[in-house]
Amino acid sequence: MKKLKIVVLAKQVPDTRNVGKDAMKADGTVNRGALPAIFNPEDMNALEQALQLKDKYPDTEITILTMGPGRAADIIREGLYRGVDNGILLTDRKFAGSDTLATSYALSLAIKKIVPNLIIAGRQAIDGDTAQVGPQVAEKLNIPQITYAESISYQNNNIIVKRRLDNGIETVQSPMPVLITVGSSATICRARNAKLLMKFKHACTQSELQEKSNDYIIKQRPYLKITEWGVDDVDADDKLLGLSGSPTKVKKIENVVFTAKESKIINDNDAEINELIIELIENHTIG
Amino acid sequence: MNNISVFCEIENGIVADVSLELLTKAYHLSEKLNCKLEAIAIGNKLNSIPKQVFPYGVHKLFLVEDRRLEFYQTLPFTHIVAGIFKESKPQIALMGASNVGRDLGPRVSSKLNSGLTADCTELEIGDFYDKKSDKQYDNLLYQIRPAFGGNIIATIINPEHRPQMATVREGVMKKEIINKNNIGEIIEVDSNKYLNSTDFVVEILERHVEERSINIKNSQVIVSGGYGVGSKENFKYLYELASVLGGEVGASRAAVDAGFADHARQVGQTGVTVRPKLYIACGISGQIQHTAGMDQSAMIISINIDKDAPINEIADIVITGDVSSVVPKIIAAYKKNTK
Repeated sequence: MKKLKIVVLAKQVPDTRNVGKDAMKADGTVNRGALPAIFNPEDMNALEQALQLKDKYPDTEITILTMGPGRAADIIREGLYRGVDNGILLTDRKFAGSDTLATSYALSLAIKKIVPNLIIAGRQAIDGDTAQVGPQVAEKLNIPQITYAESISYQNNNIIVKRRLDNGIETVQSPMPVLITVGSSATICRARNAKLLMKFKHACTQSELQEKSNDYIIKQRPYLKITEWGVDDVDADDKLLGLSGSPTKVKKIENVVFTAKESKIINDNDAEINELIIELIENHTIG
Repeated sequence: MNNISVFCEIENGIVADVSLELLTKAYHLSEKLNCKLEAIAIGNKLNSIPKQVFPYGVHKLFLVEDRRLEFYQTLPFTHIVAGIFKESKPQIALMGASNVGRDLGPRVSSKLNSGLTADCTELEIGDFYDKKSDKQYDNLLYQIRPAFGGNIIATIINPEHRPQMATVREGVMKKEIINKNNIGEIIEVDSNKYLNSTDFVVEILERHVEERSINIKNSQVIVSGGYGVGSKENFKYLYELASVLGGEVGASRAAVDAGFADHARQVGQTGVTVRPKLYIACGISGQIQHTAGMDQSAMIISINIDKDAPINEIADIVITGDVSSVVPKIIAAYKKNTK
């Protein structure tokens, strides 16, 4: 069978799931700066699927690709700690303000340069929940897509995917190259490998190197250098990036403010709960 | 004037509720814009589709019948829908935010290079003045949706690109017959006009569909659990309460992600929107992501150990205590008083 060359698409996101009280400002809105940056959970599931294929077919090569600011190099390190072969950080000021379509354009150009035969991404990212980037990239690459995947296998040069329907399960088979998005029902990702963590903990990008000035390590161990690509490296057309490349515009953002309503407080004891239930039965809410 | 187009999802010859809900919404938008409503139906054996959709005010129905297209497949559906859009040039195109719509929508938008907004909770018509280019846009589609885990509500517009595309989840819009005698025009489309042989490279090997056994959307009483319920095991209290009250069990995204409950039970922005008579939120903290899908409930009871949980601010009644202690007391009290 053909050697698998996989690109995993991953995104660094603010952890919107755990907006604690300390992340709330006095006016009841969210202080986005106070949220930790994490590896998007479903992209972790995508990474696990790639790693499982590599467990089975050890000559598989996995590249993790992320687009974001310099600190998104963390995503690549997390991939290296778990067994990917290399990573690329797509970073450039000109990417800023891109909507899903402009993001897909940039990612598709980077993928064309890597030339994989399998692309695996998380279904959606928790900051936007759009689930659009995967299919939009597949269209830009003019290849098939399989969304909502639960598991992926490789047989006779075909990719076989079990995927979720709204009301069931479907198994489909596709030739390569193909792009697959993995949902939350797939296996969660393995933990970091201790040996790989030791091996790659100094992995960094050129920009990080300038801050740390420890390039002697990279000179000795060139595999620690994380590749950075900008607009020129992927031959992108500026007009199709950032705000100008984004058909959707944000007209207005309203912060959600929690407004209190008078609620009746009941304590956890038989008498008070009994009284409440009698009231609910009498006013026909239940019964 | 360019029209509004709705992609109709079909399973076993029946148009999905989400598509009928969108047709209703789209009809009202078309009245505001003084344009017509179009629908697209793709599948096998579509003879009963016209009578299903015309009462919702459809003016023009594109019927694409092909026995190869009984089940949704990304590539052929993309090419047909994009092909029809290129010719009929709708100003707005809507589809359900179902697994099908969320697979098809982005693919079509990428092909046509048009903007798409996922999981809208409101759609309105309005104007926009762009200061930068000093340009005035009239009658744009305002695509309103929560973002950032539901902590902000964003209004998105597509000033330049057409169609303005949006997906909406089932249950968010209301389905309503506009005129039961309405008869529109049927346009039969030959799928081969848009397809080529490589569109069928992805093969369906096996397909297993379950009848929707869980239907929380139509339940009058919903007992819903969050991460605070603690375990899958503890959900048994919720099932028991739901069963004595004749209701259904719902869950927050955190509970579903933790494996406490099935995804079909998820209430909220990325789940189902519900409006029951009574919503009992057990161990749910109340992120907007969740409350967006249940805050229209007639009465909300929150059971939470944390008396400051955000959900308590929208609850009518707050019971401060642990779910595994409070719920059995409610069950006992209900049984005692209804004997």
